[in-house]
Amino acid sequence: MIMTRGQRWFNVCNIVFLGVIGLSMVLPLIHIVAQSFSDAVAINAGDVSLWPVGFTLASYKLILSDPSIWAGFRNSVFFTAAGTLINLLMTSMLAYPLSRAEYLYRKAVLVFVLFTLVFSAPLIPNYLLVKQLGLLDTPWALLLPMAISAYNLFIMRSFFVNIPNELIDSAKIDGCGEFRTFWKIVLPLSKPALATMGIIYAVAHWNRYSEAVFYLSDRTWIPLQVRLREIVFTDQYGQSDVTSELLTLVSPEGVKMAVIVVATLPIMLVYPFLQKHFIQGMLVGSVKS
Amino acid sequence: MIRMTYQFASSRHKWKFMRKYWPLYALSLPGIIYFVIFRYVPLFGSVIAFQNYNIFKGIGGSAWVGLDHFKRMFEYAEFVPILKNTILIGLYDLCFAFPVPIVLALLLNELRIMAYKRIVQTVVYMPHFLSWVIVGGIVVGVLSPSTGIVNHVLSLLGVDPIYFLGENGYIRSILVGSGIWKDSGWGTIIYLAAIAGINPDLYEAAQMDGASRLRQVSSITIPSILPTIVILFLLQIGNFLDFGFERVFVFLNPLNSENGEIIDTYVYRAGLVDRQYSYTTAIGLFKSVVGLALIVIGNKLSKKATGEGLY
Repeated sequence: MIMTRGQRWFNVCNIVFLGVIGLSMVLPLIHIVAQSFSDAVAINAGDVSLWPVGFTLASYKLILSDPSIWAGFRNSVFFTAAGTLINLLMTSMLAYPLSRAEYLYRKAVLVFVLFTLVFSAPLIPNYLLVKQLGLLDTPWALLLPMAISAYNLFIMRSFFVNIPNELIDSAKIDGCGEFRTFWKIVLPLSKPALATMGIIYAVAHWNRYSEAVFYLSDRTWIPLQVRLREIVFTDQYGQSDVTSELLTLVSPEGVKMAVIVVATLPIMLVYPFLQKHFIQGMLVGSVKS
Repeated sequence: MIRMTYQFASSRHKWKFMRKYWPLYALSLPGIIYFVIFRYVPLFGSVIAFQNYNIFKGIGGSAWVGLDHFKRMFEYAEFVPILKNTILIGLYDLCFAFPVPIVLALLLNELRIMAYKRIVQTVVYMPHFLSWVIVGGIVVGVLSPSTGIVNHVLSLLGVDPIYFLGENGYIRSILVGSGIWKDSGWGTIIYLAAIAGINPDLYEAAQMDGASRLRQVSSITIPSILPTIVILFLLQIGNFLDFGFERVFVFLNPLNSENGEIIDTYVYRAGLVDRQYSYTTAIGLFKSVVGLALIVIGNKLSKKATGEGLY
């Protein structure tokens, strides 16, 4: 195809413009990584842009010597692992019957679930429920109230609907009961779908912040995101057994940036998988709804 | 595939059929119980908005006060500015954040170098996966008065450092702007999918007729994705007062809360922290009802204007 001069100009401008947009997403992250590895003098002088100046690991040493950050990290790993497991189990157990014609009240249950997407209760009744169930300040408060996302349930169901009936029928001819068919045939067949769902849920658990603020006033179970917010916005760090020598070496900004890097790293590590699976999952969901 | 629905001669037959497939019902039970307890019980618990709820007396023992809390909302000098903030931030979000993914998707679609397009897509989707706390941290780092890159550039231009997060004047722009940074790339996915679904014959025919690329975009691409735009616009209208607790709360401090406090953060402060349970539940219900009403009205208007709607 022959391009006119105007079109060629447009192409060049478009490439440059989208490049700038892309850079605006990446450069802040690189800036933060650079600051986290720079020494206090360079940070305070504003010398650090995209590459560490006066390379040092002091900021990381400081945060890794803070036991509350380790506790936050451990809690977040636990919530992500246990929460995702609960999510996958609960979501697939409800989504599977909803994909089978033999389940007679399919429509009624779907409407029942759909309604919760349209109209949901305000914060206080939710809080009072968690309180009355005795879940406040227990890890269950960050696991049970979000056991199933209605939206993900619909995505999961549409995966199950696409499993050919012949496979389920032949499993039954071979003498499998319904439970066995679900466990040994349907779930293994849905591994890609489970992986997608698992990643969607896991990211939500790792990033969870609001519910931790609402339901946990005790510090034992607070996740990393809560600790991160305290450090970044209110400068509360290193108050415990940190040596004063380390404190003089680092700049508060450098420490903040190092915590951000530590909290972002797990997401960055799974991002290649995320991108592949997430987008498929999202498109299936949007087509169906 | 769900290929059929069953018809039964009598309820006895139906009952027998259900007994035969009892494991399916057993599998669905935990999920149904979950929705009853964690979604429907709080919904019914919202009746405390019409009571003076006392946590020791419970819903059964607390006094009913009708619409008192709803009246109090608008009589309270405290609430009106918060409602104004919520509406303004919602409006800014609608005007500035909503169109960005559409424009980005149209531009991405014009990229002819596929490898470059993929790289740009990978990069612009990424911020969506970061938590609001991390996005907040990045904003703090970039806007820091002493060490941030923005103030560094300003100082080169001879401007004194500005503490962006400590001034009422900047907080709304920061809230909407950080949302654009985090989610507009992600928002392109749905539009790109809509664009990919357009019949290529349309473009071919347009090229035969000598239509320029701009003309093709305005006469084929945009009309084809209009239904998607309308649906997402209606959903956004429905969430108009629902800007989100987390994304505001992380940025809020005493210096910027006058312009930054929205309904969600106020409900947390007055309800959870100060324990005004009934009053803040009334505010929450008010928000949900307004959202529902906006969707219904928006849907009617859009059906009249474009023939497209949610239902």
